[in-house]
Amino acid sequence: MARVPIVRIGQTLIATVQEELYDHDALQLQEELGLLLEQGSVQGVLLDLSTVTTVDSFLARLISGIAITSRLLGAETVVVGIQPAVAVTLVELGLALPGVRTALNAEKGLALLTDRGRDA
Amino acid sequence: MPEPAEVGSPREWPVTIAGEEGIVTARAQAREVAKALGFGLVDQSRIATAVSELARNVVRYASGGCGQVLIRGLDFTPRGVGLEVVVRDDGPGIANVEQALRDGFSTGTGLGMGLPGAKRLMDEMTIDSVLGRGTTVTIRKWRR
Repeated sequence: MARVPIVRIGQTLIATVQEELYDHDALQLQEELGLLLEQGSVQGVLLDLSTVTTVDSFLARLISGIAITSRLLGAETVVVGIQPAVAVTLVELGLALPGVRTALNAEKGLALLTDRGRDA
Repeated sequence: MPEPAEVGSPREWPVTIAGEEGIVTARAQAREVAKALGFGLVDQSRIATAVSELARNVVRYASGGCGQVLIRGLDFTPRGVGLEVVVRDDGPGIANVEQALRDGFSTGTGLGMGLPGAKRLMDEMTIDSVLGRGTTVTIRKWRR
């Protein structure tokens, strides 16, 4: 299974999470994002979950962890493309990703991140 | 109704968990069966997520991270069409099932959301655990 590809566009990192994510891929994503953020000049992280059909407590915790870590390293995270069925499941699971910014799709998420970059 | 897989008997789909890859295999198979039984997208997500939580418990806590998952299609029952998943391991067992079902309780490094979360996502859940012998968790969801 391929790792999660991370693309850098300007000061934004874009990670597109694939449909079925193994735990070690998820952990590797967190680690790689941390390393890229450490190198500096990253303002935002966009996590695209639009093809992800299952977000369990492990992945939800990891996403929250990525958002907190990137904030500590000076960048904002926006999670985009959460499927409606996944959203309902997360609420019932009791994990509504508190403190994680979200947007409906990648375009809107990117707009949130770049607006922030302009203000800064 | 299309048959979702050619594995085993047509109404039962066994999945062996041996390490974390089994989590993805088990939940993907459960989702496929749910879809074939006519469950909607949200129920498919609930079922796949519940199976993911239970399978992860096996990987985390059972001996060698090994266990068995049996996915069953329930037809012609008084309650209609349903899906049952039995997750069995030979792990250390759960000392206090009531406590394990409480949100935020964990003996390991998890969030403590696995068992209570899975219970909330499904219609029925029974836990049969013997210390030192293993745990069997059975979950059911009925099609609306």
